Amino acid sequence: MALAHRSYGTTRVVSPRGRLDHDNCDAFQHDLADHLDACARQGAALVLDMSGLEYVSSAGLRCLMIAARQAAARQGRVVAAAPQPVVAEILQISRFNLVLPVYSTTREALAAVSPDALDAFDRG
Amino acid sequence: MRVRFWGTRGSIPVALTAADIRDRLARALVAAEGRRFASYGEAYEFAAGQLPFAVSHTFGGHTSCVELETGSEEYFVCDMGSGARAFGEHVLARQAGRPATVNVFMSHVHWDHIMGFPFFGPAYVRGTRIRIHGCHGILERAFRLQQSPPCFPVSFDHLGATIEFIQIPPGRATEVSGLSVTPQLQRHSGDSYGLRFEIGGRSIVYSTDSEHKLEDRAQTEAIVGFFRAADLVIFDAMYSLAEAISVKEDWGHSSNVVGVELCQLARVKHLVLFHHEPANSDAAIETALRDAQRLEELTRGKQALRVSAAHDGLEIEL
Repeated sequence: MALAHRSYGTTRVVSPRGRLDHDNCDAFQHDLADHLDACARQGAALVLDMSGLEYVSSAGLRCLMIAARQAAARQGRVVAAAPQPVVAEILQISRFNLVLPVYSTTREALAAVSPDALDAFDRG
Repeated sequence: MRVRFWGTRGSIPVALTAADIRDRLARALVAAEGRRFASYGEAYEFAAGQLPFAVSHTFGGHTSCVELETGSEEYFVCDMGSGARAFGEHVLARQAGRPATVNVFMSHVHWDHIMGFPFFGPAYVRGTRIRIHGCHGILERAFRLQQSPPCFPVSFDHLGATIEFIQIPPGRATEVSGLSVTPQLQRHSGDSYGLRFEIGGRSIVYSTDSEHKLEDRAQTEAIVGFFRAADLVIFDAMYSLAEAISVKEDWGHSSNVVGVELCQLARVKHLVLFHHEPANSDAAIETALRDAQRLEELTRGKQALRVSAAHDGLEIEL
C-alpha cells in the first residue's frame, strides 16, 4: 500500500490508498510507525486522509486503533478524515467513530487538531 | 433438517420488563391505527404478520441452547444454557411418557452454558439416556459441581436418567448416532470448541464464545477452513467490532463485522448472529443485524451471504 504524506506545520497528513485488510495490515502498521514517531517527536497530531482508501477490514481497523493508542501513550493524537462513502459506512457499522474522531474533510480535521496546521493548509 | 433455537443470549438470561411490555403494547396500538379486530385470531394475525419484529417479538431470553432436529428418534442439542429448561419440556411432551435419548454437545462449561441442566426435565425421568459430549476433561466435574451443596438442592447422583460423559477429540470427526461432529479449538478463557455438524449433505457450524483476531493469519485460516461452505454458521456476535478490539479485547467474544468477514472468506451460505450481549436491548440487536446485512452488501463477492439474528423460538429449515 502506498503511504504518501504531507506536512502542514508540524501536523502530518498520511494518505493510505487502495485496500487495508489482513493481507497488508502488518506492512501498513510498520510504515505508519515512522510517521507516528515523527509526530510524537514534535508533539504533533497525525491525520489519516482516507480519501484514497477503498476498503478497510476489521484487521485494518485494528491497525488504526493500535496507532491511536500508540499516539495517545506519547501524548499524541490520530484522527481520520475524508473517508469514501463505503469506508465511512464501515467505520459507522463497526462503531469505530467512537474509537477514532472522523472528520468529513482533511481541512476539518486539521482545524480540529491545530490552528497552525489549518493556516498552512489554507495557504496551500 | 431443522435448527431450533431455545436460548440465544450470552452470559446471563434476560427477560422483558413490565415497562418493555407496556411500550410494546403502546407501539402496537399506534401501529394498528384505530383498526378493529373481530376476533382474537384476527388480532393475532395482525400482530404476527404486520407488526415489526421489535414490537411483536423479542430476541429473548435464555442462554445458549440450540437443537438440531435431524429426523432421528434421538435428540441432538448444543449446550445446556437456561434454554434447556424449555427444550426439556419439548422433549417430555413429544416423548409422551417414552424415555428419550438426548445427545448433548458442549462448546465449553462456563456457567451460562450449563445452568439449564438442573432444570432439564428429562434428566429426572428414569429410562432417559443423556450422553454429554465435549472436548474438556472437566466436563463431568463441572456438571456435578453446579448440583452440589450449597448451590442446588438435588444432587447430580439423584437424577433419574442414565447420564454418560463422552470426551471427543478436537480436529477430527466423530460419529454420534448418524450425526458427524468435528470440534475446533477456539480462543476463549479456559478454551471453547466450535462444533461442525454434517448430516445428509448439510453442514452446520455452532461457533460460540470465540474471539477471532483476524490479524493472526494461522487462526483465521483455521477458522475459515472450519467454516468452509457451511450451510449455516451460528456465530458469537456479542460485541461491536470497536468494543471487541478495544475495551473488551481478550474477553473471548466476537462481533457482527468479524462474523460477516469470516463467513464471506469461507463462502458460507447463512450466518446467524448469536450469544447476544445481555445489556443490549432488542433495538440494539436489530441494529447490529441491519449493520451486518449492510456490511455484507457493501463487501459482497460472487456469492451472497444471508445474515440473520437468532432469537429464542427461531427455527431454520435446511
